[in-house]
Amino acid sequence: MTNKGTNLDPWYDSYADRTAGLSASEVRALFAVASRPEVVSLAGGMPYVSALPRELVTGAIDRVMSENGGAMALQYGSGQGTPAIREHIMQIMAMEGIRGSADDVVVTTGSQQALDLVTRLFVNPGDVVLAESPSYVGALGVFKAYQADVAHVATDGEGLVPEALRETIAAVRAQGRTIKFLYTIPNFHNPAGVTLTWARRLEILEICRDAGILVLEDNPYGLLYFDQPAPQAMRSVDDEGVIYLGSFSKTLAPGFRVGWALAPHAIREKLILANESATLSPNSFGQFVITEYLDQADWRSQIETFRGLYRERRDAMLSALGEYLPSLSWTEPDGGFFVWLTLPEQLDSKAMLPRAVKELVAYTPGTAFFADGGGRQNIRLSFCYPTPESIRTGVARLATVVNGELDLLATFSSATLGKPSVLREGVTMPPPNMS
Amino acid sequence: MTSSTLSKVTVLAGGISHERDVSLRSGRRVVDSLTANGIEVELRDPDATLLAHLTSSRPDVVWPALHGASGEDGALRGLLEALDIPFVGSTSAAARLAWDKPTAKELARRAGVRTPRGITLSHDAFRELGAAGVLAAIAEEHPVPVVVKPARGGSAQGVTVVDEAAGLPRAMVDAYTYCDDVIVEQKITGTEVAVGVIDTGDGPVALPAVEIVPRSGTYGFEARYNAGETTFYTPARLGAEEATAAARAAVTVHEALGLRHLSRVDLIVDAAGTPWFLEVNVLPGLTETSLVPMALDAAGYELGLVYAALAEKAVSDHR
Repeated sequence: MTNKGTNLDPWYDSYADRTAGLSASEVRALFAVASRPEVVSLAGGMPYVSALPRELVTGAIDRVMSENGGAMALQYGSGQGTPAIREHIMQIMAMEGIRGSADDVVVTTGSQQALDLVTRLFVNPGDVVLAESPSYVGALGVFKAYQADVAHVATDGEGLVPEALRETIAAVRAQGRTIKFLYTIPNFHNPAGVTLTWARRLEILEICRDAGILVLEDNPYGLLYFDQPAPQAMRSVDDEGVIYLGSFSKTLAPGFRVGWALAPHAIREKLILANESATLSPNSFGQFVITEYLDQADWRSQIETFRGLYRERRDAMLSALGEYLPSLSWTEPDGGFFVWLTLPEQLDSKAMLPRAVKELVAYTPGTAFFADGGGRQNIRLSFCYPTPESIRTGVARLATVVNGELDLLATFSSATLGKPSVLREGVTMPPPNMS
Repeated sequence: MTSSTLSKVTVLAGGISHERDVSLRSGRRVVDSLTANGIEVELRDPDATLLAHLTSSRPDVVWPALHGASGEDGALRGLLEALDIPFVGSTSAAARLAWDKPTAKELARRAGVRTPRGITLSHDAFRELGAAGVLAAIAEEHPVPVVVKPARGGSAQGVTVVDEAAGLPRAMVDAYTYCDDVIVEQKITGTEVAVGVIDTGDGPVALPAVEIVPRSGTYGFEARYNAGETTFYTPARLGAEEATAAARAAVTVHEALGLRHLSRVDLIVDAAGTPWFLEVNVLPGLTETSLVPMALDAAGYELGLVYAALAEKAVSDHR
């Protein structure tokens, strides 16, 4: 009998082309260690939900369940989301200058699903999506899944650079390529930590309007400012050219998986149909509990509590970086969860990760935030979850790692070093709690 | 259902090594197999409470499914010996020999098994002697193609096949990221096989060799842990004499290092039919994509029964 061999996945040749990037990787394996208590994880973007008083949540759940046995909350719901939560969402968005109708809100399974739905609606394989340089790893994963090509646009301390946007649009179109939308996180950017200035928001909107390019404004961190509120949302001045994405994941808790999109009417209709196709309806129970929470709890004070907590942690991280890694450079966010660290030119954040794990500190290599292999010289550090003391310990360990790597490279400085081969090219999607 | 006399087994999996994820999958697989055979099993991720827990709970046997350091370097095994708790797998002393690849290679060579020529160098050696000169000497003595790998560690992490001399410095740096000592060895071309060795009481027996044919050509991390990326032939497509030689080499290494219960010996069988020893694992992967379970299955063993028998053997060896 012929020995044909065993392939552990008999359907290997049946997968769609877009599945190609879905594979286990060394980086993902290294992230598995980050969950150990000995490891200080500066990798994950997990909100510190322990700061949410438990009784606020249990009280809301009790009230939902006492209403006719929770019959509505336990049932399928509308593909658009409940009217009550959409009204609340309008109030929340009003805090960032957005006016509009609750009819144009579509509730989704976290804003991540809204991102997926919008991409599904607009992107054909080979289309181009514009995004900041760097951009959110979870968005890059979605764009890749729909076989879009990402054109990164230069970003500086004031956010996306308008002139670079003009140049990128011209360059992409000169190649005969189709741009479908600009994806941007204007407030307390993930991973860069920077905020787009008001003047640039207006200029970017104008550029996109003139070029006929839709803007996808992703704003999960906007209300988590430290010293002063971020400028008003881009959507506040353009209700036809902007799809706005929001979320309860950072201001309440990600476990509810409730987010939303606010879209122009025509797009809104298609989003609802796509949402029903994907999930029938968003999480009813989560929507009812959140609505009850927003009705009864002092949620504005709770957001203030989160702000204070994250501000303290941001301060701890900036202070520790100044103390332990004074020769490096980093962004100083005025909100959100992340600091973007730039390493000396010869270091490679992805290749260095195993050494970091050995030293019991984890971070997300900058390469995760680029679709084109960039970011080797960068690290995203999250300050949202660890305590200030742990942050200090983690940064001290990171300094040991950086110095060890510099020592190693100094040893081999007389030899020519090529690109690291241990960890290969490409976007590596961290697990959900790392995004 | 087995007639096992074991009433309580503790499987240790996870840990803080780079192979944590693989270890957790191996551990769950062992738990499932033993549980299906009617044995009460607890799965624990070792932490600061572990030793106190083992001291008070006194399991019949511990199954360390911990890949990487502490699980395979003999440290945890030494503690289990100190606590006088039976455990599956090699003793701490033997595990230390296997964990250090240069030592294992030397012991294999002395036992008459061929192993690729190579050199092991610490980072300090490069620092003291100057990288350029040392690299030039390596390139002359061990011309490409060579394999550069950490002297300790598993799952192909930090391993690079270097086909051009210019790639050597980068490969060294990448390997040093995982370990302070690095091996540069001659690349042997041939059939890549893994031979599991088990001993449930009748002496070490080689399982059918598993031939590994990765789609990418390299059996790296992605090829190991993504189903479908590698085609396995069990038994390997070797002639009868070659298969016998590979089996003999595996058992020889197992015995030369003083290993017990189970191991997996990685070999390349060259065109002349000679098996070349690469490395040996005292805790082979036991996941759904791992080689030893595949070989056991091909040989007609029932996994749960073998695992239970190994646990029983650990207890009887302890007496």
